[in-house]
Amino acid sequence: MSDLTKLKIAEARDGLKDGKFSSRELIAAHLTAMDSARGMNAYITETLDKAVDGATQSDDRRAKGDVGKLEGIPLAIKDLFCTKGVLTTAASHILDGFKPQYESTVTTNLWNEGAVMLGKVNLDEFAMGSSNETSFYGNVVNPWRRTTDDQPLVPGGSSGGSASAVASNIAMGATGTDTGGSIRQPAAFTGIVGMKPTYGRCSRWGVVAFASSLDQAGPMTRSVQDAAIMLEAMCGFDPKDSTSVDMAVPNFEAALTGDIRGLKVGIPKEYRLDGISSEISALWEKGIEWLKNAGAEIVDISLPHTKYALPAYYIIAPAEASSNLARYDGVRFGLRVEGEDLDDMYSKTRGEGFGEEVKRRLLIGTYALSAGYYDAYYLKAQKVRARIAEDFKQAYKSVDVILTPTTPSAAFAFGEKGDDPLEMYLNDVFTVPASLAGLPGISVPAGLSADGLPLGLQILGRPFDEETVLRAAGVLEKAADFTATPTDWWRG
Amino acid sequence: MSLDKNTVAKVANLARIRVEEKDLEPMASELNAILGWIEQLSEVNTDDVAPMTSVADMQLRWRHDEITDGGYQAEIVANAPSEEEGFFAVPKVIE
Repeated sequence: MSDLTKLKIAEARDGLKDGKFSSRELIAAHLTAMDSARGMNAYITETLDKAVDGATQSDDRRAKGDVGKLEGIPLAIKDLFCTKGVLTTAASHILDGFKPQYESTVTTNLWNEGAVMLGKVNLDEFAMGSSNETSFYGNVVNPWRRTTDDQPLVPGGSSGGSASAVASNIAMGATGTDTGGSIRQPAAFTGIVGMKPTYGRCSRWGVVAFASSLDQAGPMTRSVQDAAIMLEAMCGFDPKDSTSVDMAVPNFEAALTGDIRGLKVGIPKEYRLDGISSEISALWEKGIEWLKNAGAEIVDISLPHTKYALPAYYIIAPAEASSNLARYDGVRFGLRVEGEDLDDMYSKTRGEGFGEEVKRRLLIGTYALSAGYYDAYYLKAQKVRARIAEDFKQAYKSVDVILTPTTPSAAFAFGEKGDDPLEMYLNDVFTVPASLAGLPGISVPAGLSADGLPLGLQILGRPFDEETVLRAAGVLEKAADFTATPTDWWRG
Repeated sequence: MSLDKNTVAKVANLARIRVEEKDLEPMASELNAILGWIEQLSEVNTDDVAPMTSVADMQLRWRHDEITDGGYQAEIVANAPSEEEGFFAVPKVIE
């Protein structure tokens, strides 16, 4: 029954409905697969008992005709979502032993639709990273390897555990969070679909905060249809999040009509970076051809401030983080390192509890917000952010969606970009602008590099127009016909 | 604007993050590299541009000022490293 793990959410939904297998069988197959994939380090906490109980309850509900949108579907949850009574770490030492007494809104929505949790998956510490190398719980390994060598590769980040789990069939889908590309970039690196909805679609309540004006939850799945199904279950208005938008949730799956005739697709010239790999450029050209062949109209556009998105992001995100992470003080939860007095306890707790990248960003953020520098850094960055958002607004007067590569390269090896933080930050060059503007975006696996690694294309849309984004992504997915899978070396 | 070792120590103190003396210098050079790269923002003309403070075009909602939640002290302190009689316990602050 191990091939049950290869099913997509839509296929499993049909199989469960037709009584071909039970949720218990589905979960059991996944638990076995998880057991053999420990070397990938995708899970921080496996919730075996909860999974079995959840599946049993789901089968009972189904027997009574009570069937949710994700009834009986096994999911992995990024360990940034608070889950009641289950260790929630944000992959940080400072949250040692933290068991939330409440459940995040997004996961509550998923359980209300019948989904079953397999466990909590690894990430970069506090979602700060693009390679999953900053986790206190160790690196996550990408299930993909180059055809030319056996070197372990990064899965991308920060939702690296989510990406590896979905790509290696040890979860049928996973939640991710995206602050500057943390869903889309790892999705591209592992050959899966990752979607960041519009800021405000998914409630942030109960998600460990990184940069509150940027953080958005979204689905990571093995198909665009699965992303539509899962997103619909995740999002919705939540009065507990002041930036949650009070809008009806569309039937996202119904948006996948396969028809994009007349759709205007923007190609931003500023994304043609010097030094971008020729493979990425070629893939982008292919994507343009695919959409054109499907009846879309290709329009050259300009997003003049693209170049300034990354530097603006590296002021805004750390500034917000320095405020959000002030709560980790050794008093209310997690790690405490005793000191001579209260201040000393704070400093020691935070000095030991945070990893290097988190400390670096907190110091940048604190500096940018400190007296005398606020205007030069934070205020300036917020003004540049307004110009970036305005670029998109102008562009969407003439186009419906925008097509770009997701990342400037394929997955890289551990340590390859570890020395220079700036080089690591450049991974998110294509994903950060839409994050700053709060726009929906999706990464779709679209091809392989010469050495056999997956590459993704990104579609961005207008605010709250996830339906058009999904529709275009569905067409792209069909044309790309990406069927490659990693060899399952981890089974030994 | 260039950060020296003393400024890093000051910022680390503001952030309440203990940084070892030997790590101050390397941290200063790392932060300077990042801040140097961020300097390019000054190339952007932002005269008459209002800073972006709201991501979606939305107004924050009003709500009634009423109690909707609470009454579970034990849950609040359940994760505290040190707790006494339903309160968070910290080192003595007042002499």
